[in-house]
Amino acid sequence: MSRSWRAVLRRGSGLPAPVWGLATTAALATAGCLADPYTLSTWTRILSLGLLALSVAVLAGTAGLPSLGQVAPYAVGAYTTAILARHGITAGPVQLAAAAAAAAVFCLPIGIAVSRTRGITFLMATLAVGELTAVAAGQWTTVTGGTDGLAGIPATQPWWGTAPILEDQAVYGYAVAVAVAVTAVLWWTLRTPAGLLLQGCRDDETRMRASGHPVARYLVAAYVGAGAIAGIGGALLVTGQRYVSPGDVGFEVSALVLLAVTIGGGRSLGGALAAVALVALVRDWAAATVPGRGPLLLGALFIAAVYVHPKGMVGLGRRRRQHPPVEVEVPSS
Amino acid sequence: MTQTSRPQLSARGLTRRYGAFLAVDDVDLDLAAGDRHALIGPNGAGKSTLLNLLAGTIRPTAGQVVLAGRDITRLRPARRARLGIGRTFQTPAVLESLTALDNLVVAAWRHTGTHTAWRPARRRTLTARGLHRLDEVGLGDHAHTPARELSHGQRRLLEIAGALSADPAVLLLDEPAAGLAEHDLTLLLDALRRLPAQTAVLLVEHNQDVVTTLAHTVTVLHHGRVLATGTPHAIHTHPAVAEVYLGTPHGTG
Repeated sequence: MSRSWRAVLRRGSGLPAPVWGLATTAALATAGCLADPYTLSTWTRILSLGLLALSVAVLAGTAGLPSLGQVAPYAVGAYTTAILARHGITAGPVQLAAAAAAAAVFCLPIGIAVSRTRGITFLMATLAVGELTAVAAGQWTTVTGGTDGLAGIPATQPWWGTAPILEDQAVYGYAVAVAVAVTAVLWWTLRTPAGLLLQGCRDDETRMRASGHPVARYLVAAYVGAGAIAGIGGALLVTGQRYVSPGDVGFEVSALVLLAVTIGGGRSLGGALAAVALVALVRDWAAATVPGRGPLLLGALFIAAVYVHPKGMVGLGRRRRQHPPVEVEVPSS
Repeated sequence: MTQTSRPQLSARGLTRRYGAFLAVDDVDLDLAAGDRHALIGPNGAGKSTLLNLLAGTIRPTAGQVVLAGRDITRLRPARRARLGIGRTFQTPAVLESLTALDNLVVAAWRHTGTHTAWRPARRRTLTARGLHRLDEVGLGDHAHTPARELSHGQRRLLEIAGALSADPAVLLLDEPAAGLAEHDLTLLLDALRRLPAQTAVLLVEHNQDVVTTLAHTVTVLHHGRVLATGTPHAIHTHPAVAEVYLGTPHGTG
């Protein structure tokens, strides 16, 4: 039962993924022409979270590493963009490239360390990375502005020499363009053999090693690549709200996004994006209509998701290990 | 392949200890190019452990593994695989969510040309070869079936096809015939007979027919030690071997 609807989600009800991508892009663009500025600024934030969700989905769904710490490269991307902008570097492409590069460099040593762990240990290790980053964002006052955050960030220019984007509608358009481009590149990358190799690692590491694949190297590469995507998400956050504080990169954001990816089924990029929109909208709607009950409602949503999709986070993170590396044979007497 | 009398793969004094229990005890073994060598013995004799020591899945407590003159005792399984040691597992290990064809593409990936992951041409080559190989093991109709939907026998054949598509110099097979129905067994034997003549094969096997059909040499392992090595016929008539097997479920008859 749940298997069949997941299959539908995964295959996009039979339509090829590019059709879905184009339809979604068209819908987002239409929304940009019709919706009011407040709604659009909400959607800009959701697109930023959407990239963070993609980053989690690649790790959890494709590589089999469910992470609670992708908010760390997200924060690195956000603060990099904020600091660049405050130093007068407001060209969008430069900000995005710098945010992606900084997040990737940040993720390399951490990836080497955490990719030695799996399952719950990986979850805990990445949680620690996320928490430490949030603490650093709150305390490294000279760079991050501490708990006050960085305010008064100049607007981003979508291209060199163009006017800075100030209107909510224009900011939203920029966010849609970036999110669509990143999603398309990621989708294409996962369709190359690189995607196959990562799925292989998720399915059976021992078999992959026995076929000569350096599994650890692949997983570190996935971690770094996912980090770069999260970093771009962080850049969009700063372009969108022109302000960043430790609250934007806290544990709640990590949990929210992993929840969304769990609901979305993990292995589907579209599912992750749709679910992050759903979860963020439920949160915002709840905050306005039933103040203080938001977390409760998200909790209920999470339980419902795990109930309908029983494998849940464990299912995403579980790796096939039918043949443990050490087999002790019991001597027959 | 250079034709030398030097063994492709050799083990010297290979030992693996678990606490007080010696799973593999001071084993010497030589595999020359073209060898078809069967490893038999009662349950718990250390056959799988020995295979895992050779493949690098387990580190030895003592002893040495040498591949084509190079000491590989300290190398990890992936490195050994790239140097030409292919293997299959006791429980067929396939990549569940990938199609049968993609399983073969991934299995051959590290063994052909450069390793650039974004070469569509290379994937096309491997796909064509993979289709051919699937036909050989009777899985041609299942090329686009996810491996998790295949039967036990089909997964076994798929894993072996994967190991073969890496063109290994040494092939380690852990009970390839276990749980195979008659039809799949025939396909398996066909596939193994088609192996290049210079490939060295070491197989752990309980099935007497498979051993006599394939093996030129048989080594009997008992309590982690080599009890006897010889031709299938010599082993069949070896008094100590008969004694070991007497009363065990895997009688050699």
